[in-house]
Amino acid sequence: MEAAAAADVLPSGSSQELHVLAVDDSYVDRKVIEKLLKISSCKVTAVESGARALQFLGLDGEKGSLGFDGLKVNLIMTDYSMPGMTGYELLKKIKRSSAFREIPVVIMSSENILTRIDSCLEEGAEEFLVKPVKLSDVRRLMKDCVMRGETEGNNAGRRVDKRKFEDDNHTSSLSSSSSLTPSPPSTTAPFGGDVATSELVSSSPPHSSKRAKLHDGD
Amino acid sequence: MERNPMRRQLQTMRKSLFDQGYLDDQFVQLEELQDDANPNFVEEVVTLYYRDSGRIILNIEQALERKTFDFNKLDAYMHQFKGSSSSIGAKKVKAESTLFREYCRSRNGEGCMRTFQQLKKEYATLRRKLEAYFQLARQAGPVETACRPK
Repeated sequence: MEAAAAADVLPSGSSQELHVLAVDDSYVDRKVIEKLLKISSCKVTAVESGARALQFLGLDGEKGSLGFDGLKVNLIMTDYSMPGMTGYELLKKIKRSSAFREIPVVIMSSENILTRIDSCLEEGAEEFLVKPVKLSDVRRLMKDCVMRGETEGNNAGRRVDKRKFEDDNHTSSLSSSSSLTPSPPSTTAPFGGDVATSELVSSSPPHSSKRAKLHDGD
Repeated sequence: MERNPMRRQLQTMRKSLFDQGYLDDQFVQLEELQDDANPNFVEEVVTLYYRDSGRIILNIEQALERKTFDFNKLDAYMHQFKGSSSSIGAKKVKAESTLFREYCRSRNGEGCMRTFQQLKKEYATLRRKLEAYFQLARQAGPVETACRPK
């Protein structure tokens, strides 16, 4: 079964494309992710740093919850390792902002480190993709994002649980996770990422087993 | 009719790049993104890669000229280099990058220098081969790309 492109899956009558904000300090990776997203029928804004991303969102002190050109951002895809602000730090800033915390954030990393994956998912990342990102990854994301958007109204309960868990933990040790603390035993299973998310989300959607896409070898 | 021998040659060249381990599946991923709207997409990405990676190689060279090596810095440079190399499917170059990073982590200066020489060789070879490949591709004219699975 092929994953449909975003435009195919959107409810009929909707002519809106998903607008994705891509953040990566590598020229090469920006060009590739941009193409992957355009081919998947998305509008793309690609920026080179977390600071630029925040600027675009208007989170750097400017008011307004829309991007500069008035386009709502539906998804943020960010590289993990960037100079200045890491993708993890960007993720935290976004999830702690009332205006943007609902925007799904996907982390991309060339390094397949379990503690890193766990931290990102705990902080509210939707997915952790191991680079290089493939077209099938993007298509799957589009499907997941759109499905989530569509069912937001009637399945709000699912998402609220996840948010609640995060809210409860915001004031506790998560904020000290700039050094990656080892996860509790239950999340260090081979597919630790999956276990972590099924703890965060009370009723895990079928695709959660793909949440942390782990590759062999690095 | 004239183009066929060129296209055959192109296919042979392409196959050998994979068979000899210069390129991996990521290159194919890039090829699948190429379409009529962007018929030179792969070459554009690879050209960007040369610019990007060329700069990093210079930085590493300078860093290796110092009396004492800053292994963290070297590792950081190589992480960047490896990332870009991985994004275009540069298999051998990526392998040398991994080795270099291992030497950084074990603070082995000799190993770093040796590996870096090898890496530059692989990089130069790949670049030469890819330049020849793209030149031939341009001469052979636009090829019908396989349909991207919908």
